[in-house]
Amino acid sequence: MSELTEESVRAEVRAWLEANWNAELGLVEWRNILADSGWGVPAWPKEWYGRNLPAGLVPVVEEEFQKIGAIGVAKAGIRTLAAATILEHGTDLHKEKFLRRILTGEDTWCQLFSEPGSGSDVAGAVTRAEMQGNKWVVNGQKVWTTSAHHAHWGLLLARTDWDKTKHKGLSYFIIDMHQPGVNVQPLKQMNGHASFNQVFMTDAVVEPEFLVANVGDGWAVTTTTLMHERRGADGLRSWAMGSDSKGRAYDEERAEIATTMEPYKWYPQRAGRVDLILERAKETGHFEDPVVRQEIARLLVMSKAAEWTARRARAAAQQGKPQGPEGSLGKLVSSHVARAAARVHTQLSGADALLSGSDSPMNGVIAEILVSVPATSIAGGTDEIQRNIISERVLKMPKEPSIDTTKPFRDVPRNTVR
Amino acid sequence: MKFSFSSEQEEFRTNLRRFLAERSPTKEVRRLMETDAGFEPSAWRKLNVELGLSAVRIPEAYGGQGFGFGELGIVLEEMGRALLCAPFFSTAVLASGAILNAGTEAEKQALLPGIASGDTIATLAWVEDPAHWEAAATKMTATQSGNTWKLDGHKSYVLDGHTADLIVVLARAAGTSGDAGLSLFTVKGDARGLERRNLKVMDATRKLARLDFEGVEATLLGEAGGAAAPFARTMVEASVCLANEMAGVAERLREDALAYAQMRMQFGRPIASFQSMKHKHADMLVDVELAKSAAYYAAAALDDGDEDVEAVASLAKAAASEACVQTAVHAIQVHGGIGFTWDNDTHLWFKRAKSSEVLLGDAHHHRELMMQRWAA
Repeated sequence: MSELTEESVRAEVRAWLEANWNAELGLVEWRNILADSGWGVPAWPKEWYGRNLPAGLVPVVEEEFQKIGAIGVAKAGIRTLAAATILEHGTDLHKEKFLRRILTGEDTWCQLFSEPGSGSDVAGAVTRAEMQGNKWVVNGQKVWTTSAHHAHWGLLLARTDWDKTKHKGLSYFIIDMHQPGVNVQPLKQMNGHASFNQVFMTDAVVEPEFLVANVGDGWAVTTTTLMHERRGADGLRSWAMGSDSKGRAYDEERAEIATTMEPYKWYPQRAGRVDLILERAKETGHFEDPVVRQEIARLLVMSKAAEWTARRARAAAQQGKPQGPEGSLGKLVSSHVARAAARVHTQLSGADALLSGSDSPMNGVIAEILVSVPATSIAGGTDEIQRNIISERVLKMPKEPSIDTTKPFRDVPRNTVR
Repeated sequence: MKFSFSSEQEEFRTNLRRFLAERSPTKEVRRLMETDAGFEPSAWRKLNVELGLSAVRIPEAYGGQGFGFGELGIVLEEMGRALLCAPFFSTAVLASGAILNAGTEAEKQALLPGIASGDTIATLAWVEDPAHWEAAATKMTATQSGNTWKLDGHKSYVLDGHTADLIVVLARAAGTSGDAGLSLFTVKGDARGLERRNLKVMDATRKLARLDFEGVEATLLGEAGGAAAPFARTMVEASVCLANEMAGVAERLREDALAYAQMRMQFGRPIASFQSMKHKHADMLVDVELAKSAAYYAAAALDDGDEDVEAVASLAKAAASEACVQTAVHAIQVHGGIGFTWDNDTHLWFKRAKSSEVLLGDAHHHRELMMQRWAA
């Protein structure tokens, strides 16, 4: 076999796309062709819809897709995490049953980890799975579940052994969301949107072959999923942009994006919208107020320094240097920026900050900023957890003495008594 | 825009850090800060010549090394970390900058080689009482008689003003105001009619002087009446340099506080294991890293001729002023009672943080400058 080079890969994928891409195919039909060709997920194993392509060459393939305007496999949402987890820990049966329909977009997925009693402390899950007869029977409640209302499958973390220590008694399952024992309710947030769900499981059933890895290995598998979530956080939540080209496949992709991105439509506001500050200062007539100017300046200093810190981390990574401390601060810094921005927006808006919706400035955008920013310092790891991570991993400070990991989980104090 | 140091720059930093750690241990800082001069001329000359420090940013045509603000920033950051007692900021940043920005070719040829070689200790005198950092507040008058000029008035807060061999002075033609009529001059440290008094300072590692001028003979530097623009440029550069020095001060404070927290036992465990302490240290890391990013970016902006450089310089100084002082406050707190004692070293850097906070204008001042320059 000849050696792969950027040129050879580029030529091969371009020739294949020229021969096969057709915007008038149905979206699923086209993605099935993609899955068979290996070009949809070229870094995946050859036997599972990929081509074993080195990760460094994947951008070359993506560039060729963009050039010709060809649609790729379904990527947005939790399905990507499901695929990564199944590839790493799943059986051939899991791969056979799930991977293709993930790539075609026919199946959507959700992640059933967080519970009302375990947010930052995910390993404290108390949803229980018990073997009854020849099936797993699940009882418990999950929360903050994006897209659960239309998901076909869920990635479930549940406790299977209460006599083992906290992390050892967990197991990981794939659960069919379309069954009578699973009840999905929207969770309305303080900003009025309902981007997440609560999932109630009452004697819900999981087939024994849908256990992932072994009983008791649930935490290791969960760590894999979470690692992919952190790594891909920007991609998962960034605004997927549909092409405005004409053709059946494009039409179907636009509809898919609208559904997938619906929960994230307020995300720009939760970041604080620093980009609107100067415009608002001028239009509200506060730009010359020396007190407000100082507040605006403080915010701009922080947000610029944050931006340059992220660029410094990227530049170091591109040079192949080991990650410095600047690479671990982004999440914490972005909540500082968001909070400062919300404060300045309040100052600039004055009494208008009392209003909401179409009575609020910028047709409700300002009001939405003010009631969405509190999510930034909580979602995806609270500021407090971020500070723990920074102090322990970057600064090498000792962990707090632990009182919950050495005794049977049954004896660990917790919120829910069962 | 450059966001990462080259391997040559990293190596330069590593060597410099090792050198300064050897030559400027805290014991030496404490000894020198108690002296009148604040440094030891022979020891400083030796270190300066060995490493070519005051030559770093002077072009090769004037006997320098011809590096940029990126390298000068590294020197300053490492000096801040080591709290080196030397007339470097006065000579290599303020005076050199003013001469490079304002001087004619002949003046640069005459003045810069002595600075580059380490023979001349120089400074820039512009602030008067009551202190304003802008050139427009200058009251000192310059009167021409024939080929010479005479300066009358006073200057204060002059870095190393009592020891400098050469003083660059900002003065104005009588009857002018604002930015008009401003000129720069050079005056010899031992000029007749110049009285120099060492001020009592909070930060003993950075000496300041009050200078009184009575008919002091001065030589014009650059164009008569045209000093406003080159002086403003010098302040922009100095702000960036000070921001880089402060990054080093802040990082040293943070690292020392962390080392202490790891070592100090209370309630049967290192205080570093308490979450209140861990969160404070995470916050300190954020403050310091953001200030470093701004300082590095600003130095690169100077080297690249970025059109936003004036705003970026003020941004970097504002970020550094806040971060450095905040880190110093946290550092004392982390140390607890011992941190408030004279024998503990934290106060040396705390005081440098406080003096740097105010020097060249505090965070409020620079935030306003940034808004005027950027968001107008």
